[in-house]
Amino acid sequence: MVKKLYLGLLFFFLYAPIIVLMVFSFNESRSGTVWTGFSLTWYEELFRDRRMQDAFRYTLLVAVISTAVSTFIGTFTAIGIQKLRPKWQAFALNVNYFPVINPEIVTAISLMMLYRSLRLDFGFATMLMSHIMFSIPYVILAVLPRLYALDKNLAEAAQDLGATPWQAIVKVIIPQIRPSIFTGALMAFTMSLDDFVISFFNSGGGVTNLSIEIYAMARRGIRPTVNALATLMVAVIFTVVLIANRISIRKAKS
Amino acid sequence: MLQKKPLITIRNLTKEFDGEVVLKGIDLTIHQNEFVTLLGPSGCGKTTLLRILGGFEQPSDGEVRFEGIDLTQIPAYKREVNTVFQKYALFPHLDVYENIAFGLRLKKVPEAAIMEKVNRMLSLVKLDGFQKRSITSLSGGQQQRIAIARALINQPKVLLLDEPLGALDLKLRQEMQYELKEMQKELGITFIFVTHDQEEALTMSDTIVVLNEGQIQQKGCPVDIYNEPNNRFVANFIGESNIVPGVMPMDLRVAFEGQTFHCVDRGFRQNEEVDVVIRPEDLQIVPEREGAFTGVVDSVIFKGVHYEILVMVGDREYVVHATKSASIGSKVGLFVSPEDIHVMKWGGA
Ligand SMILES: Nc1ncnc2c1ncn2[C@@H]1O[C@H](COP(=O)(O)OP(=O)(O)OP(=O)(O)O)[C@@H](O)[C@H]1O
Ligand SMILES: [Mg+2]
Repeated sequence: MVKKLYLGLLFFFLYAPIIVLMVFSFNESRSGTVWTGFSLTWYEELFRDRRMQDAFRYTLLVAVISTAVSTFIGTFTAIGIQKLRPKWQAFALNVNYFPVINPEIVTAISLMMLYRSLRLDFGFATMLMSHIMFSIPYVILAVLPRLYALDKNLAEAAQDLGATPWQAIVKVIIPQIRPSIFTGALMAFTMSLDDFVISFFNSGGGVTNLSIEIYAMARRGIRPTVNALATLMVAVIFTVVLIANRISIRKAKS
Repeated sequence: MLQKKPLITIRNLTKEFDGEVVLKGIDLTIHQNEFVTLLGPSGCGKTTLLRILGGFEQPSDGEVRFEGIDLTQIPAYKREVNTVFQKYALFPHLDVYENIAFGLRLKKVPEAAIMEKVNRMLSLVKLDGFQKRSITSLSGGQQQRIAIARALINQPKVLLLDEPLGALDLKLRQEMQYELKEMQKELGITFIFVTHDQEEALTMSDTIVVLNEGQIQQKGCPVDIYNEPNNRFVANFIGESNIVPGVMPMDLRVAFEGQTFHCVDRGFRQNEEVDVVIRPEDLQIVPEREGAFTGVVDSVIFKGVHYEILVMVGDREYVVHATKSASIGSKVGLFVSPEDIHVMKWGGA
C-alpha cells in the first residue's frame, strides 16, 4: 500500500507538469490555469510563424546530420579503442568519459571559445559541429560494451577466410554490433533534438532551434504557443523512442 | 605413404608475451599431406603455435617458412592456410550457406560456382539441406562441421584445427575423428591438429608432436611415440605407464626389481642408470611361480573393457590392465615380454 502510494506520488510529480502543459496547449483562451474549451488556435499560430518554421527545419537538419556523422565517427572510434593495448584503452575511455560528466554549460562555453579563437562565424556550421562533438562520446559508450562482448575470434575468422582487416570490420564486426550502433544513434538524435545550452551558445546569424525559440518565447511572456511547441517536441521524441523500442523488441524476438 | 616434401619449416621459433616465454625454440618440419597433431597439456603453447601459423600472432624470434617463403611477412588474409577455431567462430548474422560461402564471396567467385561448391561441402560434412538454417539453431557437432566446411571450401594447402572436437560427446567425437581423417585423405590437405587428448592423437595422426612448456618433447609416428617415449613426460602423458628405475649392464639387457631382463634397447653406457617403461596392458598376471617377479594385489577396478589392477611389488605400485580379475590380497606373479620393456634415459628422481 505504502509502496503504491509512493509510486503514485512519484509518477504524479514526474508527469503532472507535462500533462498540464499538453492539456493547456489545446485551451481556447490564453489562460494556463482555467480551461475554457478545446481549440487548435495555438497550433495554427505556431505553424503560421516563419521563425518557428525555420527553427523547426534547423532542429531537424542538425539532428539528422549530427546523428549520421557522430554515429559513423563514434562507431569506428570504438572499434579502434577496442584494438588498443589495455593500458591505452583505459586512457581512451577516460578521455571519452570526460565530456559526458562535464557540466553542459562548460562544454558550451569552451566550444564557443574554440570557435571564437578560430574566428568562425557563429551559425549553422558551429551548431552542427557542436552537436556532432557532444554526441560522439555517447555513441562510443553505447557501442563499446557490445564490442567487448564479441567473440575475439570472429574478426580473425573473417581474415582467415581472406577478408582484409577493413572487410572484416564491415562484413562481420558491424553486423554483429548493429543493435548497439542503433542505440547510439538514437541517443545522439534525441539529445540533438532537445539540446538547449550548447546550441544557445554556439549558434547565431538568425539560426536557432526549437529549444532556443521556446526560451525566447518564454522570456517574452508566456503564450500558449509555447505549450503547443513543447507538446509537439514531446510527441516527436516519444514517437521516436517508441519506434526504436518496437524495432529492438522485434530484433530480439527473431 | 607420405610424400616427403617439406611444406612448412619452423626454425628456433620463440614467442614471448610480456616477458613470459611461451614457445622456446621450436624446430619442426611439416610435410605435404601429413596429418600432424600437436599434443600437450593445457598452457603448453599449442594454440600460440597455431596462431603464429595462421597469422594472428607474430613470433618473437626464429623463422617460419611456407614452401620456402618467409610466412611471417604475409598477412593472415593472404595465407593459403585456413583455421577451424576452438569455439568455431561462425558468423551468427549469416545462415549456414552464407557462412560457408564467405571465403568464395570475398574472392568474387560467380554465384553458380559458389552454390555448387557450398552444396558439395555440405554433403562432405553430411549436412545436406542445412543451407538456410541459422547458426544458433545448430548443435555443437553440426556447428563444428560447418566450421570445417567453411574452412575447407577455400581449398587451403594447410588446415589448422584447434581442439575442434573438444565440445563433443564421446560417440560423436569418435565419429568425427574418423570423418576428419577420411576428409584429409580424400582431399590431400595437410592437417595440423591440436589436442590434449592422447587417444585422439594416437588414432588420427601420421605424426605426433608432444609439447610441454613450450618445448617439443618428442616427434614421431603414433606407434613410436607410444612404444618408445623419449622421457618421463612423454611416457606419462601418452597413456598410463609404469616407470621404474633400472640399470643397463650391457646392450639388450636391463636390470630392475632385482632381476635381469632381455630387452630390445641398446646404445647406453655400461651400467648406465635408466628409466624402464612398461605399459599396463603389457604386464601379465600369472601364477606366483611363473612370474618374473611377484607382488600382492592391492586393488581391482572394473573399467569396462578391462580391469585395472594395482599390484604392490615391495613398496612400488604397478598398474596392470587385464581382462581377468584377481582377488585382492592374493600373491601373484608379473610377466612382461622383452619387446614390451622400453628403456629411456634416466630422467631424475
Ligand atoms: N595474448 C596473450 N597474452 C599473454 N599471454 C598469453 C597470450 N596468449 C597466450 N598466453 C599464454 O601463453 C601460454 C600458452 O598459451 P596457449 O593458449 O598457447 O596454450 P594451449 O597449449 O593452447 O593451452 P590449452 O590446451 O589450454 O588451450 C599460457 O601460459 C597463456 O597464458
Ligand atoms: Mg589452446
